[in-house]
Amino acid sequence: MVIKINTIQDKFMVAFIIRRAIQAILVMLIISLIGFSIKSNIGDPVRDLVGERVTPAERAEIADQLGLNDPFSTQYIRFVKNVLHGDFGTSLIYRKPCLEVILKHAPATIELVLGAALIIILISLPLGVFSALKPKHLFSRFIMGFSTLGVSIPVFLTAIMFIYLFSVTLGWLPSYGRGETIDIFNNGYWNSGFLTIDGLRHLILPCISLASIMLPLYIRLIRSEMMEVLETEYIKYAWAKGLSPMRIWLVHAFKNTLLPVVTVFGLQIGIMFAFTILTETVFQWQGMGFMFLEAIQRADISLLIAYLVIVASVFVLVNTVVDIFYGFINPTVRISGTK
Amino acid sequence: MKSSLQKFKESYFLYSFRQDKVAMASFIAIIIFIILAITAPWTAPMDPYDANNIDIMNSEIPPSWNEGGEAAFPLGTDNMGRDMLSTMLYGLRTSIMIGIGAVSLQALIGIFMGLSAGYLGGKTDAILMRIADIQFSFPYLMLAILVGAIFQIVFGISRYEQLAIPLLILIIGFAEWPMYARTIRASVMREKNKEYVEAAKVIGLSKSVIMVRHVLPNSLTSLMVISTIQIANAVMSEAALSFLGLGMPVTMPSLGSLIRSGFDYIFSGSWWITIFPGILLILFVLAINLLGDWLRDVLNPKLYKG
Amino acid sequence: MPHLLELHDLEVRFALRTGDIIAIDGVDLTLDKGETLGLVGESGAGKSVTGFSIINLISKPGYISKGKIIFNGDEISSYSDEKMREIRGNKISMIFQDPMMTLNPVFTIGFQMIETLQAHRKISKADARNIALEKLKKVHIPSPEQRLEQYPHELSGGMRQRIIIAISLLTDPAIIIADEPTTALDVTIQAEIMDLLQELCESENMALILITHDLGVVSQVTERMAVMYAGKIIECGLTDQIVKHPVHPYTEGLIKSIPGTVITPGCDLVQIPGMMPTLTNIPPGCAFNPRCYLKEAICTTKTPELKDAGNGVWAACHMR
Repeated sequence: MVIKINTIQDKFMVAFIIRRAIQAILVMLIISLIGFSIKSNIGDPVRDLVGERVTPAERAEIADQLGLNDPFSTQYIRFVKNVLHGDFGTSLIYRKPCLEVILKHAPATIELVLGAALIIILISLPLGVFSALKPKHLFSRFIMGFSTLGVSIPVFLTAIMFIYLFSVTLGWLPSYGRGETIDIFNNGYWNSGFLTIDGLRHLILPCISLASIMLPLYIRLIRSEMMEVLETEYIKYAWAKGLSPMRIWLVHAFKNTLLPVVTVFGLQIGIMFAFTILTETVFQWQGMGFMFLEAIQRADISLLIAYLVIVASVFVLVNTVVDIFYGFINPTVRISGTK
Repeated sequence: MKSSLQKFKESYFLYSFRQDKVAMASFIAIIIFIILAITAPWTAPMDPYDANNIDIMNSEIPPSWNEGGEAAFPLGTDNMGRDMLSTMLYGLRTSIMIGIGAVSLQALIGIFMGLSAGYLGGKTDAILMRIADIQFSFPYLMLAILVGAIFQIVFGISRYEQLAIPLLILIIGFAEWPMYARTIRASVMREKNKEYVEAAKVIGLSKSVIMVRHVLPNSLTSLMVISTIQIANAVMSEAALSFLGLGMPVTMPSLGSLIRSGFDYIFSGSWWITIFPGILLILFVLAINLLGDWLRDVLNPKLYKG
Repeated sequence: MPHLLELHDLEVRFALRTGDIIAIDGVDLTLDKGETLGLVGESGAGKSVTGFSIINLISKPGYISKGKIIFNGDEISSYSDEKMREIRGNKISMIFQDPMMTLNPVFTIGFQMIETLQAHRKISKADARNIALEKLKKVHIPSPEQRLEQYPHELSGGMRQRIIIAISLLTDPAIIIADEPTTALDVTIQAEIMDLLQELCESENMALILITHDLGVVSQVTERMAVMYAGKIIECGLTDQIVKHPVHPYTEGLIKSIPGTVITPGCDLVQIPGMMPTLTNIPPGCAFNPRCYLKEAICTTKTPELKDAGNGVWAACHMR
């Protein structure tokens, strides 16, 4: 797709992108402000640094050195500057820079989300399309009933039930941890479970549990979108042109269905991350969610705030990209700027 | 002139309800659950929140039909010696209270914001919707976890126990109001241009009167539809928070916390501590969802064809 | 002499929960090679359904309950869906009303044209592309190579409708069914499109069924016409004759209500009192009787049949 900026439409597009980008930056600033306010009011960096056994005089001096007595705005600007350089402070629990801690935990979560996403795509697409094409079929009704059941079971309960069935009762699959992992880039950063059989076995239950809460959602979404598409004039016209049913369903209807579904998928990544917290808890999966809870339980404020700012920024980024992408494929959005 | 009750009795709404056995069954189930929850203080064999009733020697007793079970504890006891049945009933009560409380709060805030944004338009609309967008982009569960955690850190555990229920209502209520705001704003924008609003303006009614008395009732259908989803979500959120230890405290367990404490014991064989509350939770949320599904079909016929 | 297309006693019903509704009640039509036939009526009279039933594309819950459709001697009303696909878009093409809604917004024009050809015959992409270009030129579209790469929303309404006409020409069909082809277009474009259709039918010797509520267009373009009312044909025959000397009182009312024929500036508008009945409320006897100024007792009991009224016109009326 060559991008030419000469028509009026394209000018709208550029304006739209700039508008969304500015919004994104604004939101991230607000989030960083909130994060920083929490940090400065709750945490005690002096104690984190030197412990309890210091005199009040020494405390005051260290506080001065750390710049803790400066006005709020100065401290905030310092905070933002540090963040832009990747410095989020030091973690209380791990005694390492927060960013490093987060990056070390990230691959585990990313692999979990990846595995779950794969399962979702592979299952929801065929099931959703089928139940849209043959809504009265017995199997379709079964799928819909099952999906209502699926959204009624919280993700941690699914996880526990899976563990009970497959680990405790049947003993087929392991119930915690990531198993054997391989350091892909040989730098201690990315330990992957995808490359070993043991790692894969450990991935199965957590990924299925995580997928289980989102699967019903996507099946319904694909089904309702596709059913709407099938009623459109252009699909009727495709029939009138004498195209084969397979082509009409899998090329024409499918592409039109996919577009809104993909946007929803992008926006739902945030929810996926929220659910990883629950899943990682049940499976003792050493990912970011697990780390987040640890930070909460042990009041590691720096790590907590670092996690929040990073994760929030990722959401905002993903949302903005998805919005812009949607603007590309749906021209009416650019002009009004609203969904 | 028929009375409202008469019109309701003859309406398509009621007719369709009677036709759909699933909807009727779930409605009855929900009523039963609510009655159980309300009467829990009287019907439960014991008060599980009263520390005097708990004897640690009684812990981990299996359900009465299993070997080692006792008649006094029909569904067994949990790891602290509490009777499962009583705790489950009280837990259900807590879940329902928080669910309805949180959703009422959400609805209140959301409807107010959404109505104002939709009807007044312009700058009010832009600002309110920006706030909603920002909140929307952040998953509510994380927000709830965060607020709960901070509250615990700042105020300490014992204070937290006293305020747990209202706090949870506040947290979940504040987390999800954008949902209501968006829905009602969308429907207000639709209704705004209809003729009856113009007629009301011509008569000289004030903006707020028009909004509340005329526009709001017409947006009720969309509100009803999302309310069921939101109640189900609120109940599940509370369960999730309790499961993580950030919801109901250990001394006043809800279904979520029961599941949590039971989780550690699933490997040693005391499966009932997790499974029974789990089943109760699933059934309750399932009933709400089924009713919600039916409601959606009946109020929005063009959504589900076939 | 056998006709190109014949509809014999066609009946179409819609199966509702409360029972079947008859949408088309015993329609007979004929169409010859290269002929233009107008199918006229108000919304809900059944003309679009008739058009769709020819290629068996009635939306559910509609279905053909009685009658035969014969095309080139073959009874296509009894065809399986697979065999019907060889006719649709191939030997009988259809043009819909709103060109914006008819083209799939996510595919290019070229894609949508080439696939039509490839669906009906073994042909390479390059050859199909050439045919597409040829047809685009036939409908007078400037810079056709560019158009092939464009998306529907990048083009104007008139241009889109021309492209749809081009698509319908791709397979050199014997019949084009045009369902309200100009209703969604500006008045100025309407004339252009109708001229184009007329010119093409003449040059390619194609038959055209023009379904519309616009009597003005029908009178200018078609050789024969049929007027539908409440699911039945109440008058049919040579267009010129019917327009100048309508037989059925309904047709008479329609013609009179067009400004410029009988009505001149300054005089009152002519209206037919009342409204066409809905399919569930069709009065017994002649469906038009509640609104008819010639009504007699027999009109409320006996349904009139089409009979020869002379001069190449057939009408279903007891009084004429």
